[in-house]
Amino acid sequence: MLCDNCKKRTATVHITKITNHQKTERHLCEQCARQTGEINAPFNASLSVNDFLKGLFATGFEEAQLPVEPTCARCGMSYSDFSRSGKIGCSACYKTFKQRIRPLVKRIHGTYQHTGKIPVRCGGILALKQQLQRLKEQLQRHVQREEYEEAARLRDQIHQLEKEIAGKQ
Amino acid sequence: MSIEKLLDDPLNFWLGGGGPQGDIALSSRIRLARNLDGIPFPNQARAAELAQVVEQIRKSVSSLSSVDGHSYLFIMLEQLSPLERAVLVEKHIISPLHAQYPKDRALLIRDDAGVSIMINEEDHLRIQCLMPGLDLTAAHALADRIDDCLEAKHDFAFDEHLGYLTACPTNLGTGLRASVMLHLPALVLTQQIGRLVNSATQLGMAVRGLYGEGTEAVGNVFQVSNQLTLGASEEEIIGNLYSVVSQIIDQERTARQLLLENSRDALIDRVWRSYGVLRYAYSISGNEALAMLSEVRLGIDLNIITDTKPEIFNELLVRTRPNFLQKMAGQRDLDEASRDRLRAQIIRDKLQGGK
Repeated sequence: MLCDNCKKRTATVHITKITNHQKTERHLCEQCARQTGEINAPFNASLSVNDFLKGLFATGFEEAQLPVEPTCARCGMSYSDFSRSGKIGCSACYKTFKQRIRPLVKRIHGTYQHTGKIPVRCGGILALKQQLQRLKEQLQRHVQREEYEEAARLRDQIHQLEKEIAGKQ
Repeated sequence: MSIEKLLDDPLNFWLGGGGPQGDIALSSRIRLARNLDGIPFPNQARAAELAQVVEQIRKSVSSLSSVDGHSYLFIMLEQLSPLERAVLVEKHIISPLHAQYPKDRALLIRDDAGVSIMINEEDHLRIQCLMPGLDLTAAHALADRIDDCLEAKHDFAFDEHLGYLTACPTNLGTGLRASVMLHLPALVLTQQIGRLVNSATQLGMAVRGLYGEGTEAVGNVFQVSNQLTLGASEEEIIGNLYSVVSQIIDQERTARQLLLENSRDALIDRVWRSYGVLRYAYSISGNEALAMLSEVRLGIDLNIITDTKPEIFNELLVRTRPNFLQKMAGQRDLDEASRDRLRAQIIRDKLQGGK
């Protein structure tokens, strides 16, 4: 349905007025409804990602009821602070509130296993572990396709890599 | 390059036209979110800690030059006037959030604006690389090198499972947001854009109009980007986006051909009417200008208008924005009516000069 006023945009505001037993109906788009003063709801108060996250942080929330709420030792943020700001305070928060943040991350991304880039210096043996995981997946594929020569080669590579990782741990 | 040139030049190299599929894909952007380990994220950091981040990154300016041979400019946002910051926002170099709280916020920018690093925005570092046309791979390769260069000197907050740690959990993992700016007038004219936005969303992509509020995309310029950052590798994220964007571009091309075949006269009439208004209007609003510029660009792409360069569209996208006009006028308060007159004058001059 098009807006009664501008006849261009879709009508999303439907107003029914009853004055002296006389019923009138108007169908307006947001813009015209605002201009004609029919509505003054804050349409531009956009809901940001953080606003949604505040809600997500708050679901299943119990610590607020505790007499002393645990806080992050580094930045001083508590979990209920997240549900107010929608943002995490520092990298240590992710460890402090690990148990609470994990399910939240899973709800946002559908997973909590990073498979992308690993920084060279602070990544440590992570890059090797990631490579190991990739080789194992490849091995599975070769076994399924009954390509045993290739699989054997990968198996040796995997052993080698596992030794290397064990040596560094 | 000076900050003045950065502000006054309407076109950065990535918006100058060209690049792969440059007639529809205006530019490609890669953004990486990174934080220094041991310092609270900007939303929780004290002023001294924010200043510490700025100082640490300032030291890396010279090593960045060795990555790509370009020179880099380091700017404290507080040194700029609110209007100058607003111009940088209009040019998509910094974000509104970054411009809003300038204290202890900085910008590190390459001489051609192809790389910009926002310091202390939502995260300590937001590395952005831009390329003209559809060229996500090149933009990512560059961002990756810059990331490596910075990581060689600074410890980034990183977790084995969550990847790069960010202030907002929606950026965890790769911290990568890839986006392409697309001009899609034919998909809008043939009313296919709504369906397309829905399907792209189902594939994990976000589509939004670059100008205009809410669902209305003024100027038919859309930005398509990945929504999720954790669980897939950088190459997978970029590959998925590339595939979706390529299909959108194909559909736009098909829609353009259909318009030419089925409503040739109506289309040609529409394009020239828009050209006529832009060429002779004495006063024009920002939204009207964007809408008509989009149709003129479509006319140029389809060889309906042959004596005007396509890059004029890209340039006028920037030149006709309110803060850019205000900056050019050099006056304190350009009221809306004078701004609309100035805008019309700039477009008139440009179209006459484009011959």
